[in-house]
Amino acid sequence: MPEHPQARGDFAVELRGITKTFPGVIANRHVSLAVRPGTIHAIVGENGAGKSTLMKTLYGMHQPDEGSITVDGVTSVFRSPTDAIEAGIGMVHQHFMLADNLTITENIILGNEPVTSRGRIDFVAANTRINALMTMLGVDFDLDAPVSSLGVGQRQRVEILKVLFRGARILILDEPTAVLVPQEVSELFVILKRLVREGSTVIFISHKLDEVLENCDEITVIRQGTTVAHTSPRETSRRGLAELMVGGDLPDPSGRDTHIRDSVLLDVDRIDVAGATIGSKLALDQVSLRVRSGEIVGIAGVEGNGQFELCEAILGLIATDHGSVSLEGRDITHTPTRERINSGLSYIPFDRHREGLLLDAPLWENTFLGREDDRQLSSVLFTRRRAIEADSRAVIERFGVRTPSEQAPAFALSGGNQQKLVVGREMASDPKILLAAHPTRGVDVGAQAAIWEELRNARDNGMGVLLISADLEELIGLSDTILVMFDGRITAHLDPTEATPELLGTYMTGEVQEVDS
Amino acid sequence: MNRQRLQRVLVTSASSVLAIIVALVVCAVILLVTGKDPVKAYSTLFGAASETKVLQGMLNRATPLMISAAAVAIGFKMNLFNIGVEGQMRVALLSTAVIGGAVDLPAPLHVAFCFMIAMATGALWSGIAGWLKVKRNVNEVISTIMLNFIGLSVVAWAFDTFFRLDEEGESTSLLVKTKDLPRSAWFPDLVDRRLNGILIVAVVILILFWILVWKTKFGFQLRASGANAGAARASGVNPKRMIVISMLISGALAGLVGMRALMGDVHAYQNNLAEQQGFNGIAVALLGRNHPLGIFFSALLFGFLGEASGRLQLDDIPKEIVTIMTGIIVLAVVIINEAVKRWDDRRIQRRAAAMVEAAS
Repeated sequence: MPEHPQARGDFAVELRGITKTFPGVIANRHVSLAVRPGTIHAIVGENGAGKSTLMKTLYGMHQPDEGSITVDGVTSVFRSPTDAIEAGIGMVHQHFMLADNLTITENIILGNEPVTSRGRIDFVAANTRINALMTMLGVDFDLDAPVSSLGVGQRQRVEILKVLFRGARILILDEPTAVLVPQEVSELFVILKRLVREGSTVIFISHKLDEVLENCDEITVIRQGTTVAHTSPRETSRRGLAELMVGGDLPDPSGRDTHIRDSVLLDVDRIDVAGATIGSKLALDQVSLRVRSGEIVGIAGVEGNGQFELCEAILGLIATDHGSVSLEGRDITHTPTRERINSGLSYIPFDRHREGLLLDAPLWENTFLGREDDRQLSSVLFTRRRAIEADSRAVIERFGVRTPSEQAPAFALSGGNQQKLVVGREMASDPKILLAAHPTRGVDVGAQAAIWEELRNARDNGMGVLLISADLEELIGLSDTILVMFDGRITAHLDPTEATPELLGTYMTGEVQEVDS
Repeated sequence: MNRQRLQRVLVTSASSVLAIIVALVVCAVILLVTGKDPVKAYSTLFGAASETKVLQGMLNRATPLMISAAAVAIGFKMNLFNIGVEGQMRVALLSTAVIGGAVDLPAPLHVAFCFMIAMATGALWSGIAGWLKVKRNVNEVISTIMLNFIGLSVVAWAFDTFFRLDEEGESTSLLVKTKDLPRSAWFPDLVDRRLNGILIVAVVILILFWILVWKTKFGFQLRASGANAGAARASGVNPKRMIVISMLISGALAGLVGMRALMGDVHAYQNNLAEQQGFNGIAVALLGRNHPLGIFFSALLFGFLGEASGRLQLDDIPKEIVTIMTGIIVLAVVIINEAVKRWDDRRIQRRAAAMVEAAS
């Protein structure tokens, strides 16, 4: 039975003056956090605001440069997660750490196995304890089933059981709802509320304001590495919380005086893309869309509903089964990727580290990537280093990439500057069509405004943009048309002047579907 | 700018130099423990550098190592590990000895013809691994190892069955060879019977390697694929095409590895011809950090150690100490390289951040 922490202090967790710097960046600066026992305490902030860094500090994954950590009234230094676990802290990571081929019981007890007097694993004792925990949470599992048979939401519950099994009374959940579908989200909160009723404390990291306002008891807002506000759902609103997160006024992505031209630049006509495994359903199912010159077409959707496959299919990186893709009226369905890029297609990828940058290479090589056939930068066989470097400096200048020079390796840049470099590279070739996947993900507000400005200018000059974003404000503000993707299909066409985040949300979860027109 | 470049060169070579020092120290300890005098051993070993004959032998030994290291390095540049250089080399050796020996051409043409045969055979053999990787996603490490076994066995069998030419009255297997290559296919010596001219070919290969990898569009795409396959793919580089091309180039170079022994020395195929020179290229490429200049010096070092090791026996020191030394060098370079890279990454990151801070 968890002991009651109230006995020993007012707060289950108290962080005072935490500062943590990584080479060159301050991830956390004088952060203070006080979490009352028996509450669900939300930590909200933009991507890159420093939420995860703070939680890693609390969980002992690294040590702060300054500041103190007090748990249940005891101030201590956590040298490793083992110390944190000892103090009763448990962490449910965003990416689950489960062994697929072991059973649920085996996963839960892994690293903390109860043993019999003869030195064997005491599965009976383990199962008894796990069953007690399951009753407390109101969940039910066949403990002998392999974890591989579980869905995402169930795996998360196994992670929670695993943390509780180790005796955690304070649970940190790092963006737990990012991977869940809506019903699973509400189920998760039922479990979390039972947990706090039993005396546990939950620290809930999120940037989804609605679920935070609805379910959490207290809220701490982090912006640019420091805590800027402490509030509760009673005292604030969605708008107020959003403004706290971004600092002052929300940047306004809108500016709706566009001149969409008649010429269709990109025409995707009823394409199918097979699922990842044989027999699974289609990743793209009869998807059609058109992007005209001077138009931004936004795609809304929960991640993993076919947006990635759509970009890959337009680029020719994966095969399409039916239908066709045309660029400026020319059928490019069977054209190799490089040729498509050379005819004016550009791509800001979903993940700049995985698909955008050569991290170890200097910036001038990074701005050259994908533009090898640009005659100003290379001849038929050879690269022109001087021209490439000059071009790279121009990109750096135009997009305000903060770097010592074009010779610096890409890994030395902060995330926001890396993103500006990728956006700059893709815009440098004056593309006709830009596929922009989360173009402002993880960048600060100033950079976000700058990237929006560039997108708008290019659009006014006739570029067509296919914009994929999880930021609904950005989507509504920039787009001329919004399409919603769900389950590999386009399920709605919306006019951004009428769309609200709430309305988009109902389409994105698949509750409501419009017949494809 | 120039200072930055110099720093890069220093940091890149630092791990190799450190690895050599570590190996020397460890071997000194081994010598001490076994009751030998390391100072005497090392002075004998490195004292050999004063003899012209040893230096010529060093260059002779370094020649195939440069080529095989280049073959390995081009694969490394895009994260392909071609362990099959040995097998590719052996297949090429026999085919060149047989086909090259069967034709009659004027000297320069005949040499070029033999090179073509060697490169084509090597590329054919490595191409199988490339094809398997692209079509069936077979890891090239596994396939090239297996193709080594297959290549070695097929060559041994074919040689034994069809091409061996026993010398009259001799039955010792040492002298079993194929028919001699005609004189026109012999690669000329620089110093009579002491130093063969293929050294120049090897140096030219290293220079071409440098141009290809660092100066051409293809080389950029090759390095990009190695640095981040996902980013290269998204930028329109066809990963399958890159895999096949780099495997073919690697195999073609591997085919040339044995040519010093075949065309510059023995002039016929025999069973242990150029043995191990394909495998040793892996060590040379690692120590040379896959850079032509590094490969050049590493090949010289390995060539020298191999040539001079015999001298140790005069002092009653087992020459295997040199084999141990090369093993430790390779192991140490891998470990130290990782440590140096981490340290250097942090240094660069800090400096970049400081400069950005100062500018704003």
